[in-house]
Amino acid sequence: MEKFDKVHGVAAPMPLINIDTDMIIPKVHLKTIKRSGLGVVLFDEMRYHEHGGENEEFVLNKPAYRNTEILVAGDNFGCGSSREHAPWAIKDFGIKVVISTSFADIFFNNCFKNGILPIVVEEEHHAILMDDAHKGENARMTVHLEDQKITTSDGVEIAFDIDPHRKHCLLNGLDDIGLSMEKEHHIDKFEDHASQARPWV
Amino acid sequence: MSPKTLYDKIWDAHVAHEADDGTCLLYIDRHLVHEVTSPQAFEGLRMAGRKVRAPEKTIAVPDHNVPTTPDRVNGIENPESRIQVEALDKNAKDFGIHYYPVHDVRQGIVHIVGPEQGWTLPGMTVVCGDSHTATHGAFGALAHGIGTSEVEHVLATQTLIQKKSKNMKVEITGKLQPGVTAKDITLAVIGETGTAGGTGYVIEYCGEAIRDLSMEGRMTVCNMAIEGGARAGLIAPDETTFEYVKGRPHAPKGAQWEAAMDWWKTLYTDEGAHFDKVITLRGEDIAPVVTWGTSPEDVLPITATVPNPEDFEGGKVDAARRSIEYMGLEAGQKLSDVEIDTVFIGSCTNGRIEDLRAAAEILKGKKIKDGMRAMVVPGSGLVRLQAEEEGLADIFKEAGFEWRLAGCSMCLAMNPDQLQPGERCAATSNRNFEGRQGRGGRTHLLSPAMAAAAAITGRLTDVREMM
Repeated sequence: MEKFDKVHGVAAPMPLINIDTDMIIPKVHLKTIKRSGLGVVLFDEMRYHEHGGENEEFVLNKPAYRNTEILVAGDNFGCGSSREHAPWAIKDFGIKVVISTSFADIFFNNCFKNGILPIVVEEEHHAILMDDAHKGENARMTVHLEDQKITTSDGVEIAFDIDPHRKHCLLNGLDDIGLSMEKEHHIDKFEDHASQARPWV
Repeated sequence: MSPKTLYDKIWDAHVAHEADDGTCLLYIDRHLVHEVTSPQAFEGLRMAGRKVRAPEKTIAVPDHNVPTTPDRVNGIENPESRIQVEALDKNAKDFGIHYYPVHDVRQGIVHIVGPEQGWTLPGMTVVCGDSHTATHGAFGALAHGIGTSEVEHVLATQTLIQKKSKNMKVEITGKLQPGVTAKDITLAVIGETGTAGGTGYVIEYCGEAIRDLSMEGRMTVCNMAIEGGARAGLIAPDETTFEYVKGRPHAPKGAQWEAAMDWWKTLYTDEGAHFDKVITLRGEDIAPVVTWGTSPEDVLPITATVPNPEDFEGGKVDAARRSIEYMGLEAGQKLSDVEIDTVFIGSCTNGRIEDLRAAAEILKGKKIKDGMRAMVVPGSGLVRLQAEEEGLADIFKEAGFEWRLAGCSMCLAMNPDQLQPGERCAATSNRNFEGRQGRGGRTHLLSPAMAAAAAITGRLTDVREMM
């Protein structure tokens, strides 16, 4: 996985709450057997008219937000299905950070597996960041993972929390499976024990 | 020893490794796999030269893409859907995992097949690349949905990297009123907590009204734990559970059954165990409910009216306004006046035998409204067979329902069963999101009996008027 360091880029506002994974990527695009190429259908039904053509009103279609790298979204972002196609599409579009007051559990986990940083902030900070995102292309936000800090376009600094293990993995681009396989002897030991204790499993 | 919750007990029995910061490798007893969220995971294994660590604990079945019309014996017409199902055929064979292919009578929705075949047992850890894995919590198994990267991780290591969630207790006291079902309980709970209310928690459902539910009903309740944002839902196993499990193809037998029972009987929350959050609803207060909006939390008794967005607070004002516009409703409109044109009975929430019985009970000797499109999609081939043997299929067909083959179908509309823009469906499934059942389609979630009542009258209907 690519290492995550610092993002300095355009932040787009999506204040709607409960943006679900069907909105992020509708099921018609889940029929792929690949992980790549989904950016073009990110937010498909909001982004394109039913019979084709872009919806000019949609934030990511506006000239100022075409190169969005940071999304500031409403509460409970990513609720619904476990489809990892959602973070795949977000990443493929070029978005590397999503900021909200809360995320759905499975989506939140899926982000880290794909080098996307989901950041949970308090409501008052969320309001500041949402305002900043509304300023458009010239107002660039900075997200610094090492320092756990977001800096708005006018220099307001907001700290955020992140699980240390997840931070370490993102910073170093570590592959979970490789890490877990290093602990294979623990898994072997557990299996030996469990096959005695619960042989019916 | 300090008292433990049911979740604590199952968690503790499955930690294969714990790091200093509390990050654990949780051992997985059952890994269920379907065709939509697994192809990239198997591809990842191939590219890294890895194998499936425990193929005997891995069970696959195609469900999301499969057509439910009888002509599916001729193969799947949609090329992309066909490729996904063929990929699962191949992956199951190459990696040597248990498999129920499309033409097997045991094929069905993965969350219905697992329990039906006795793969799901009390005290287990169960995962699947599907959010409705929460269903299996009905057995007192810790069960939750995972993403495709995690599917690959479980295939390779039979473990999942996890941190422990917090404990929430949802107690439903007393008895349910006639016409009120497990579906009404689970929707009422989400109405209370909101769709983010469970985030960070594992819920244990308890109380007299939960104890009184059959396994089918308990699965309906746990199925929608995820819609409340919880990682998993749990119900402590009891005689109802053991009775259901006993004799199933993959349930333990003989001495192993006895040994299993000894452990299963310890799977309950100890007196005085700590819950981080407690919610209590009175069973008597729960009414038959329907959803009016595009989030499962947008739920109200069938006797209510469409709410006014201005009556909400914060971000919910705009969200409700958007929902009502999308749903083509007006604030103040009576929910029982909302006309529908489609009825869908099925899904991992309500596609089991008891659900079909409840709907058939209402439909017996009646016809659906002229012009109504109504379908029953049994959750598995075996549910379908049983319903035919019990005469339920005839009741549905005589009423005017289509009697389909097993699959996820119109719950998420990945197969040809979809709504057209503006169509309005009374659905026994689990999500009413925008476009969920087809772009522009409008979904009202409700119980199977309520869906049957709506099919007859052509509008959302209080099933109690028909009982």
